[in-house]
Amino acid sequence: MNLEPTYATHFFVTGDPMIYAADVSILLVSAAIVFVLTYFKKWGWLWREWLTTVDHKKIGIMYMIAALLMLFRGGVDALLMRTQLALPNMHFLQPEHYNQIFTTHGTLMILFMAMPFIFAMMNIAVPLQIGARDVAFPYLNAVSFWLFFFGALLFNLSFVIGGSPDAGWTSYPPLAEVPFSPGPGENFYLLGLQISGIGSIATGINFFVTILKMRAPGMTLMRMPLFCWSVLATTILIIFAFPVLTVALALLLIDRIAGAHFFSIFDGGNPMMYVNLFWMWGHPEVYIVVLPAFGIFSEVVATFSRKRIFGYASMVASMMAIAIISYFTWVHHFFTMGAGPGVNSFFAVSTMIIAIPTGVKVFNWLMTMYRGRIRMTVPMLWTVGFIPNFAIGGASGVMLSVAPADYQYHNSYFLIAHFHQVLIGGTVFGMLAGMYYWWPKMFGFMLDERLGRWAFWWFNAGFYVCFLPQYVLGFMGMTRRIYVYPAHMGWTEWNFISTLGAFMMGVGFLLLVADILYSIRHGERDVTGDIWDGRTLEWSLPSPAPHYNFARIPVVTARDAWWAMKEARKRGEALPDARPLAPIHMPKNSGLPFLLSLSFFVAGFGLVFNWYMLAVAGFLGVGLCLLLRSFAEDKAYFIPVEEIARTEAALGRV
Amino acid sequence: MAVVHEASDAFNVREHGHHHDEDALRIFGFWIFLTSDLILFACLFATYVILSNHTGSGPTPADMFDVPAFTAETIILLTSSFTCGLATFAMHHGRRGLMLTWLIVTLLLGLAFVGLEASEFTRNALAGATMQRSAFLSAFYTLVGTHGCHVSFGILWMTSILIQAWRKGLAGEIPGKVFIVGLYWHFLDVVWVFIFTVVYLMGVMR
Amino acid sequence: MALHPSSAPHGGKRPFPWSHMVGFILSIVLTVAALWAVLARALHPGPLTTFILVLGVLQIVVQLFFFMHITESEGPPWHAWMLMLGFVFVVAIVAGSIWIMSFGTEAY
Ligand code: HEM
Ligand SMILES: [Cu+2]
Repeated sequence: MNLEPTYATHFFVTGDPMIYAADVSILLVSAAIVFVLTYFKKWGWLWREWLTTVDHKKIGIMYMIAALLMLFRGGVDALLMRTQLALPNMHFLQPEHYNQIFTTHGTLMILFMAMPFIFAMMNIAVPLQIGARDVAFPYLNAVSFWLFFFGALLFNLSFVIGGSPDAGWTSYPPLAEVPFSPGPGENFYLLGLQISGIGSIATGINFFVTILKMRAPGMTLMRMPLFCWSVLATTILIIFAFPVLTVALALLLIDRIAGAHFFSIFDGGNPMMYVNLFWMWGHPEVYIVVLPAFGIFSEVVATFSRKRIFGYASMVASMMAIAIISYFTWVHHFFTMGAGPGVNSFFAVSTMIIAIPTGVKVFNWLMTMYRGRIRMTVPMLWTVGFIPNFAIGGASGVMLSVAPADYQYHNSYFLIAHFHQVLIGGTVFGMLAGMYYWWPKMFGFMLDERLGRWAFWWFNAGFYVCFLPQYVLGFMGMTRRIYVYPAHMGWTEWNFISTLGAFMMGVGFLLLVADILYSIRHGERDVTGDIWDGRTLEWSLPSPAPHYNFARIPVVTARDAWWAMKEARKRGEALPDARPLAPIHMPKNSGLPFLLSLSFFVAGFGLVFNWYMLAVAGFLGVGLCLLLRSFAEDKAYFIPVEEIARTEAALGRV
Repeated sequence: MAVVHEASDAFNVREHGHHHDEDALRIFGFWIFLTSDLILFACLFATYVILSNHTGSGPTPADMFDVPAFTAETIILLTSSFTCGLATFAMHHGRRGLMLTWLIVTLLLGLAFVGLEASEFTRNALAGATMQRSAFLSAFYTLVGTHGCHVSFGILWMTSILIQAWRKGLAGEIPGKVFIVGLYWHFLDVVWVFIFTVVYLMGVMR
Repeated sequence: MALHPSSAPHGGKRPFPWSHMVGFILSIVLTVAALWAVLARALHPGPLTTFILVLGVLQIVVQLFFFMHITESEGPPWHAWMLMLGFVFVVAIVAGSIWIMSFGTEAY
């Protein structure tokens, strides 16, 4: 009888005004969305145009929106933490909330912000840049997106139901094992990551195949835009690194759910094996999220310096080298485990080696700008801002890679400063550069440059104010993951400055959102499709591109294919494309990816609470969706020539 | 008998410059998936090797493994890989009836394998060697069980393809599907060979 | 990749799957050899382990070439390169983990 209320308090997170406020705001936002969709009769539209789409351009946009939302939530987490640390002995957050917040912050930012953001850019640009009509497996692409979406949903649900995980984004056992983390929070972490991880592997395979097999005629590998090369390198890493995460998470889950002893401290378990597996994925992962940013910087630098990229071949070589070497450096994350001098020396050296190809790239970007006709647009600002940032981050990385010295730095604020410098200065700057760069291609209008500049400067300046003091704090002995510190440590000033910087970055983010909202109404229309005077094939298309992308698949004769075509045209050498239009073979939309991933979500939710019947029901749903797809008959259709001709004419291209 | 739909072939060809048909694309993609799955098993193997002498209060590998049982499992799976190859071969030569027969044989062998493995697991578990007993046992059941799950999934998948090939003949997407499920099956055989070697043989060696 | 029926089944000789036969026989021989070597303790434990691992690698080769047709591809054999890279990483994962995780074991 009176089981009910206690049960509810276990299930829903209660007792904290901040959680209640979040609950209310989540309810309000959901209600508002439902209301708007119903009022404007948009449910059908949402289902037909978005939830069932297999179009890489729309999937890319959905990834991007998701990434921005997660950046917001992760950012709020960050500001909460920085507020708590602004002054000694603060009583702003409870210790267990602080633990939950740093855990969700890290997890969200890497897996549910950085990953979808790179997937967004890949989806938006890769098929257009290689002259393809879609990715190799469009249906699978939709599956990947919805798996990511429902994985992220499951993870975020822990905030209101069951309680957030609190063992850090690395979730090390034995802390993450049942005796020390008894609630469902860890299960949310493990299953949310597992579900979205499956999607990531699928994306990796999909884009690897797309790049190798779907290129337009004449686009040899060495004529490919560097962004595509960077994505190729990233997909190789995804294909080989993500299964390791799958295993690490699965084994920990088996420990927690079935009472096995992989990582427990009794009965022969070995917690360090988890750490070993985690970083075997974890180090490649940091390059997975930064390589596409390198690719974007290469595109942006070339376009806005009006020069072809300097040292193309060395760029390719360095990216491939990074992809391979980064698989051999993982131990630098746990030098302090004390594996012995042989192991630590090997991994210290391999880590230092990886800085070499990275350095090569920096020089190539600088040399591209050298004597170029530079236009300081917003994408270019993010790119130029990235270079000093990454130089400092790389240098601190090399300091960390000195194994004996790392015994000092490890898990101090020096480490925190290092990886934020590379992750924000590299990945986030890169993704924002890409977003500003390709925004007109996605939506047909520009983001306002003036607001964009303000956003950049607040964010960039805030970044240094926030993180440079953290290097100092690291040297002064402040360790990560502490929620309060005494007054006499001499840390107060630096922490306070750091918090100020964090809020400056918050202002930068708000300006960015303001820019988007402002530009939706007032943004300059892109009528040419080539608003930046670009060099690669996506700029040969109207903005936004028609759903089949290319009416006729382009024939590529040089690197920077579109630039070459424009030059030929200027010289009067280009002949109009006389090939007749042909019907275009396109995949049909499908609701199955959504339903499949929803079933995964149900199964995951069941496992989180050990409700096995629900889990079984979810897995049956998964099986059913797979079968339906396997038996499905008409999965594609042809766009007739007349329709293509009509669309092209309407876009002003005949 | 071979039923080749000219139309469906033309349909499969994307006018995409190189004219690769979708089958080739899928087969390539599946190879890449296999390389990824390979890494998954590598991690399970690494974990197993590291934990295999952490037997705690439980049995050691040598106590547990039964030579005739795992040899039978091995021979059955190797044979099923062979018959699966024969099915693909028959398909290449347009002999649908033969292909279906070999697929059914493969499925039966697969079922026998899973049955033997299940009985091995239950026997051990009933004798007290459960996965909760020691780190070695956790790693053993997880590695071998993951392979078993792959095989079971393969059985369901192959059955679904069998039904489709039955109904539609060797037209359209069917040959590609048969080839791909065949790749999957041979891959599981490769993994098993290493389970046989690293888990069982090295287990009884100690 | 010639998936669709190539040679007409009617008339002429029925094709015989020679390479599959060879592959199958090889795989059985390799298995029996490994089993025999272990049961008969044909070698010392160290070399024996190496020996059966080598036999395992040969089994991979058999499956790849006789059954999986690794050499067949349209265009460059990227899948074979990826597989090779995969094997490199497999060795890194297994050997690397053993190396790293053997820390302190001498104390037990
Ligand atoms: C020049 C190249 C780099 C070197 C030499 C380097 C070196 C290192 C080392 C040695 C550590 C471990 C320190 C410790 O735990 O005590 C570390 C941590 C880390 N690095 Fe780097 N790094 C480099 C580039 C990057 C890049 C490009 C990223 C991401 C985009 C990145 C992200 C991280 C993260 C996330 C951590 C720590 C995560 C954690 O412990 O929670 N690093 N780095
Ligand atoms: Cu690292």
